Order: sequence, then structure tokens, then C-alpha cells
Amino acid sequence: MAFTFAAFCYMLALLLTAALIFFAIWHIIAFDELKTDYKNPIDQCNTLNPTVEKVKKIKRIKIAIKLVLPEYLIHFFFCVMFFCAAEWLTLCLNLPLLAYHVWRYMSRPVMSCPGLYDPTTIMNADILAFCQKEGWCKLAFYLLSFFYYLYGMIYVLVSS
Amino acid sequence: GGHYPSLPLGYQNAAPPLTQTLVPVPLSQPLGGPGPAQLSPSLAAMSLQSSTPEALRVVNLLQERNLLPPIPIPPPTPCLQQDLQKINCNPEVFRSTLTSIPQTQSLLNKAKMPLGLLLHPFKDLSQLPVVTSSTIVRCRSCRTYINPFVSFLDQRRWKCNLCYRVNDVPEEFMYNPVSRSYGEPHKRPEVQNATIEFIAPSEYMLRPPQPAVYLFHSSTCVFCQSLLDNIKLPGDSRTKIGFVTFDSTIHFYNLQEGLSQPQMLIVSDIDDIFLPTPDSLLVNLNECKELVQDLLKSLPTLFQKTMETQSALGSALQAAYKLLLPTGGRMSVFQTQLPNLGVGALQSREDPNQRASAKDVQHLSPATDFYKKLALDCSGQQVAVDLFLLSSQYCDLASLGCISRYSAGSVYYYPSYHHQHNPAQVECFQRDLKRYLTRKIGFEAVMRIRCSKGMSIHTFHGNFFVRSTDLLSLPNVNPDAGFAVQMSIEENLDDMQIVSFQAALLYTSSKGERRIRVHTLCLPVVNSLSDIFAGADVQAITGLLACMAVDRSATASLSDARDAMTNAAIDSLASYRQSVLSIQQPGLLAPACLRLFPLFILALLKQKAFRTGTSTRLDDRLFAMCQLKYQPLVYSMLMIHPALYRVDDLSDEGALNINERTVPQPRVLQLSVEKLSREAAFLMDAGTVMYLWVGRSCQPAFLTQVLGVSSYAAVPDNLHLLPELDTAESQRTRAFIGWLRDQRPFFPPLHVIRWVSFLGFIRSNMIEDRTESALSYYEFLLHLQQQISK
Repeated sequence: MAFTFAAFCYMLALLLTAALIFFAIWHIIAFDELKTDYKNPIDQCNTLNPTVEKVKKIKRIKIAIKLVLPEYLIHFFFCVMFFCAAEWLTLCLNLPLLAYHVWRYMSRPVMSCPGLYDPTTIMNADILAFCQKEGWCKLAFYLLSFFYYLYGMIYVLVSS
Repeated sequence: GGHYPSLPLGYQNAAPPLTQTLVPVPLSQPLGGPGPAQLSPSLAAMSLQSSTPEALRVVNLLQERNLLPPIPIPPPTPCLQQDLQKINCNPEVFRSTLTSIPQTQSLLNKAKMPLGLLLHPFKDLSQLPVVTSSTIVRCRSCRTYINPFVSFLDQRRWKCNLCYRVNDVPEEFMYNPVSRSYGEPHKRPEVQNATIEFIAPSEYMLRPPQPAVYLFHSSTCVFCQSLLDNIKLPGDSRTKIGFVTFDSTIHFYNLQEGLSQPQMLIVSDIDDIFLPTPDSLLVNLNECKELVQDLLKSLPTLFQKTMETQSALGSALQAAYKLLLPTGGRMSVFQTQLPNLGVGALQSREDPNQRASAKDVQHLSPATDFYKKLALDCSGQQVAVDLFLLSSQYCDLASLGCISRYSAGSVYYYPSYHHQHNPAQVECFQRDLKRYLTRKIGFEAVMRIRCSKGMSIHTFHGNFFVRSTDLLSLPNVNPDAGFAVQMSIEENLDDMQIVSFQAALLYTSSKGERRIRVHTLCLPVVNSLSDIFAGADVQAITGLLACMAVDRSATASLSDARDAMTNAAIDSLASYRQSVLSIQQPGLLAPACLRLFPLFILALLKQKAFRTGTSTRLDDRLFAMCQLKYQPLVYSMLMIHPALYRVDDLSDEGALNINERTVPQPRVLQLSVEKLSREAAFLMDAGTVMYLWVGRSCQPAFLTQVLGVSSYAAVPDNLHLLPELDTAESQRTRAFIGWLRDQRPFFPPLHVIRWVSFLGFIRSNMIEDRTESALSYYEFLLHLQQQISK
């Protein structure tokens, strides 16, 4: 059993997918709270979007630890890792999600801080329904990919 | 003058000559539907079963020309039992697009018409029952207020009509203070009136009711004289007032009691705003009235000296927000140019060469979310921002309008305002400002719209912030704001005969009283498509489609919105043809209740908000879109399809007698050049503005007796006031115009226009005619017919 870079990638991916599953569950709960009236949209969007602090002279954007961008960055990191480890099948399976993330971020409403959700439109039933469905689909995808990485890691460990 | 476009032969025969005397048409109909149009004999013979209600009478739009009823269209009455309909909510306050609700969502989808409600909840009402009661009876589970449509199981229990839960009648409710009787809870005013106002006890207050707080925030002094004249703003002894002016710096005014004159404090650091003094910038109006009046008198001279061209609106708004933060209130912003300095600075995005483009219109969505974010902050602190835009240049209303849209404020727009060159706009502004300063106002309000079990609301239209699935946050509520919502049917309404909708508005009056205004509407449930079509309210459908189209142009594109509107007409008429009509006839067939639908859709497509191919300034277009979403239905219908009257032959036949004044009632004409003639004078009422056209060969009697001029050439160019002459014709004309104006709270200016300037208006206003960029009404009907038969 050789501990190759690919095995290392899969192990790391396994751990990070656990984090992604956690994010997806938080996402689902957040939208459910919004729908059933516990929170109001402004607070919710502030929680889900990263807050931006602009330092005037240097103009650096400091992204606080919030949900949306970390998820996208982690997933992008996976893809880069699998590319480096030459695991093409895994990379191909993750590419659609990467493309979806890019599309989602590009078509977000105009806002000054990085983020996806606009408090004034989020309560529209169709947008709310879309976000909830998105949450569930992502949860399903991350769960499946968790088991896939687990299998992949064992396969790579055993076969080399 | 030019040649009028020639009509197809089949059309020409059906048009009646103008000089025909008109018989007044009876209004009352047994079941829904507007007054009847004139039927051509062939169709009368071919009509369906004699028991078909008037609303479902088949109309062939290609053959019948005169579809407009002679008087403004009344809203359809729901098909309910007489005793329920008598106490049902006034349609001017609460109106549905379909007065018969479909039983299932699939049935609604088949009808292809939008289902929604249009509300005007804070309308000025002449009769409003007010109830002061220690207990406000509400359903225990869904918190619906008791209303006329609940059912009493016995004297002690009542069943909610929205969630069907059985509740107990509290002991205090058994006594009726009006009739001083005991044991008849169903006779209490809450159960006898669909519109009622409660005085709310302290459980309905998150904080003690706020005082009326008004902040005037301006880069010009145009409002000073009006405010001086109307210094008695709605409020009580705690009313507060403040002023902030700005150009490239921000000026606060210290109005502390005891000062001999107002003190101006200038803050020039616009990147880091602070309030120069902690209090005395917002002062009690009654205690410091002289100081306030002194300030208003001296502000015009202050402004005359400066020649600033920079405007730091964003920073000034932030400063004003800080000022209003502790209490909430109303901020009135007067802006005359594009803000170009500091935070929230905007660029001039409009390309004048693209104004008449037949392709898509760009820049309909905000450039920055600064104003939206600020509006949300304001909404959280119960501050509403009203925007008055008095500029002839591009001001990016798409971005600036956000400040009002999400904080429940209103936008006023005067594009060619100039105090010397445009007296008509100045007068319009002064009158609107007077209405704005003196009208009723509600503070820190929330509105909740509830529907019967099985229905739910999915989209809201109007100026407010949606706090949760059915709760709207309205920092200010005013009597000129209208709202619309779209609904869907989540569960089948199988066992229900009727459904109810309730809108409850909780607000603080200007006198510091917490009140709840409740409106309840009840509608029948039907399960056949023909009943749904019979109950369609064509004006409400048009109003709701306009709101949906405005949203679609911002999120997708303008051409998408235009296609969606055309498809709405095509789909509903196709659905009617396939599902309801038993006899297939050639032509474009519509039920009588929807016969005006293609006309209204064409009017929307030619409206300033949605038209392409005609030069339209971007701000004008955006303001028209704002108005379509914000105005109550009756005014937006006038904006979409103005009413045209012939006024040179007004007679007392069929006139109304109001307050001992005889008001003539001329017939509403179609918006086609064919109806106009050079030998007459016409009045077009477009809701916010009125035009009086004088024909070149108009009868001299009209010129002398109404306009007070000797000949056509002597009609002045920018006349906007009819002289008060002693002749019968002058009295009739002024009575009629005054009557039209009295029906609305704002003041539409009148423009008297001679025939030569008239040609420029044909394109924008004569909806039924062809222009270079748009179809005529007949061509539009042919296009619809072609699409339907595909």
C-alpha cells in the first residue's frame, strides 16, 4: 500500500467534503428558517454573504468566514488538487459543479460585497424555492461524492 | 393636418358617425360584466344559449369596433349570494383579477390568466367604522381578525373562514355597544363591516408609538414656500421637524429653542459623516415654529449665492439617516441633478442615441446597491424616504429610485421643471407638494395579507420591504400607495364554496395612536373554465400584468417583458377558444368581459414604460415603470388607457347633479385618430395630466365662450388654466374637468394644445393607430388571431 499523492488528495477531499456537507446542511436550515418566519431577510443575507471591509488607502477586501465563497473556493481547490494528481475521472465528475458555481456567481444581483443573495428579492417564492432545491441537490451531491472519495481513496491505496 | 389611416372595409361600416345622439346606456347587469356594446345583428342572432350571462357573451373582436363602454368601466361584482356581496369589501380597496377563484391550480393554469389581488389599503375613505375594544377577537391559530364572513356555530363559538378552526367568542364580544344588546355577536360592527379600523392595545406595540418626525433634505429651495403655507403638518404636540441641505458639503440647521435665528452648521468631511450636535437638529415643530419659519424664509437667499455643481447625495442621505435613526419618520429628498460626489456617486449611463432603439433597452436595473442597502437600513429603523426629482437631465432613476422603493416611500418626477420657463410643471409640483404635506400618514407600519387555507401568496409588487413570507414592512404608509400580490393555489379547494382574503395594516397614526385597518374580501370558488372567464376582471388583470412586466424587464429584458404581455393575451384567448366555446366561429373571439383585453395589452405595449422604437428618455421610462407598480389600479388604468372625451358639444343630457353643480357626462371615445376631427375640441384624461385639443376649424362659439379667445390663432401656446367665463359652456367644461379632478387626490395639470402641436401626440397617445414602430389595434388583433390559430 503506497501512499501516493492521489491517495493524499482523496483523503483531504474526504475531510473537506465533510465540511461541505456541513455547509449544505446549514444552507438548508437557513432557508427553512427564512421560509417559516424565524429570521428576517436582512440578517439572513448578512449571515450567508461574506461581509466586506474596505481599507480605504490599500483597497484590500477582507472576506470574513461566511458560507458562500468558502464553499466555492474549497470546491475549486478540490478540482485543482485532482488535476494535479491526474485523477481525470474524478475531475470530470466535479467539473459540472464548478461550472455551475461560476455561472451562479456571475449572474448574481448587483451588490457591493461578494455574495449571492439579495434581501429584497429573496422572499419571492420562486427564488426561495430555487435556493431550497439548490440546497438539497448540493447536499445529495456532496454525500455521494463523500462516498465516492472514500471508495477512491481505498482503491488508490490498494491498487498502487 | 394629414390623412387619417384608412380602415379595412369590414371595420368602416361598424363605426358610428360622431354626430349621432347617444342614448344613455343602462348600467345594472344581473351578473358581473361592464355595460353592453352595440352588437351587430349577425352576432346577435348567433349568440349562445339565452341563459349565458352577459359576461360570457361571445364577441368577435375583428368585427365589432365599438367595444369601449361610454362611461368608465366599473369593476365586476363577484358571483356571491346577495347578503354576502352587500357587505363585501369595496372593490376600490381590494380587488381580484379573477372574481371567481378556480378550484385547482391546474384549472388556473388552463385558464392562462394571472391570479392576484390589487389593494389600496390606506385609501382615504369617507366612511370608516372605528372600533375601540379591549379585546380584538382573532382566530387562535391563524390570527385572522374576525370579519363578516366567519360563521357562528352557535352564540358562543365562531369558525374562522381562513383556517376553519373553531374559536370561542369572548365574553366582552357578546355585548353589542351599538345596539346595546346582549347575545348577538354577529351584529357587532366587526362582523358587519368588511373594512374596519381597530384602536390597538399595547400588545401591538414594539415600542411606544413614535411621534411624527419629518426631515426635509434638499439641494434646492423649491419646497420652502409650500412648506411655509402648509406648516401645520399632520401630527400632534410631539411632532418634530428638521432640515438638511447639501451640495458638495452637508449643512445642518440648529433650531434650538432660545436661539434668535437658525444656525447653519457645515460638515465638509463627506467620507466620514458625523452629526455636529447631538440634538436640536430635529426640533419640536410647535415649540420652535418661528425659528422654522425664519429658516424657510432665509433658505432661498442662501441657495441663490452658491453656484455649486456637485452633489454629495449619498453622504447627505447617510447623515440624514443618522439623524432619524432613534425615532424613525419620513425623509423628503429634493434632488436636482445626478449625484456625482462621494459615496453613492452615479455615472451618466444613458446614451441619447439609443433612446429610440427598437432593440433592447439597457440600464433598467440599478448601477449600485448603495441606495438599496441604505433603504433597507432605513426600513429597519422605520424611516421612509420620498424622492422628488426635479431635473431635466439624466438622474439615473433606476438607482436612485431604490431608496424609495424598499423603504415604502414614493417617487415624484418633474422632468422639465424650471421655475421660469415651465409654469405648468411648477404648478403641478406645488399642488402635489401640498397634497404630500397635508395628506394622512401612518408610521412604523406592517401589513399582513392572509388567505384561506389552500392558497398562498408568492410575489409582492409595490414599495415596501418583504420581511417574511406574508409580512410587509412599511415605515410609512400613505393614502396614494397601491399594492399588488400574485397568488397560487397550493391545495385543491374542493369542499369550499367561498374563499376569503384579509389585509391587516398595523400602523401608528400621526397623533401617536396605534391602529389596525382590516379589509376582508370574499370570493366564490368555481370549477369550470367558463365560470372563471365570466368572472375575469380585465382591468385588474392588466394592472397585475403591468407589474409583472416591470419586474421582468428588470430581471430579464424589455423585449422579454413585451413578449410575455402579448403571450398573456394570446394564451388566454386561445384557452377560451379551445375550452369554453362550443361553436367554433371564424374571427377573433373573446368573452364580453375580456373584450377590452387586447386593447389594454396594446396600450401597455405602447406605454412609455415598455415602448420601443420611439424616443423615450430612460428616466421617463423608469418613472412610468415606478408608477405602474406604485399607483392604485384606477389611476394606473388611466395612465395605460387614457379617457378621451369630446368637449365642444357638452350638453346637460345625462348630466350628474353633484353639490348643486351640473356635471355633464360626455361619452368615452376610442383612442383613434378616426374619432378626432378638426371641427371639434377634445379632452384626454391620462390620470396625471390632461390635454385639451382644439381643432383648427373648431366652432368659434367654443373658442369665445370657453377659452375666451376670438379665433383659433389667438389660442395661446402654453395655456394651462381655463378662464372663468360666465357662459354656460364655460361652466359646463369647468364643471366636468373639476369633477374629473375631484375624483383623485393629486392634481393633474391641464395643457391646452392647438392642432399644429397635436400631431406630435398622435404617436404616443392614439393607441389604436399605427405608428412606424408599432401596430395598429386592428393589426394587433390579426397578429393575435394568427398566433391563436397556430
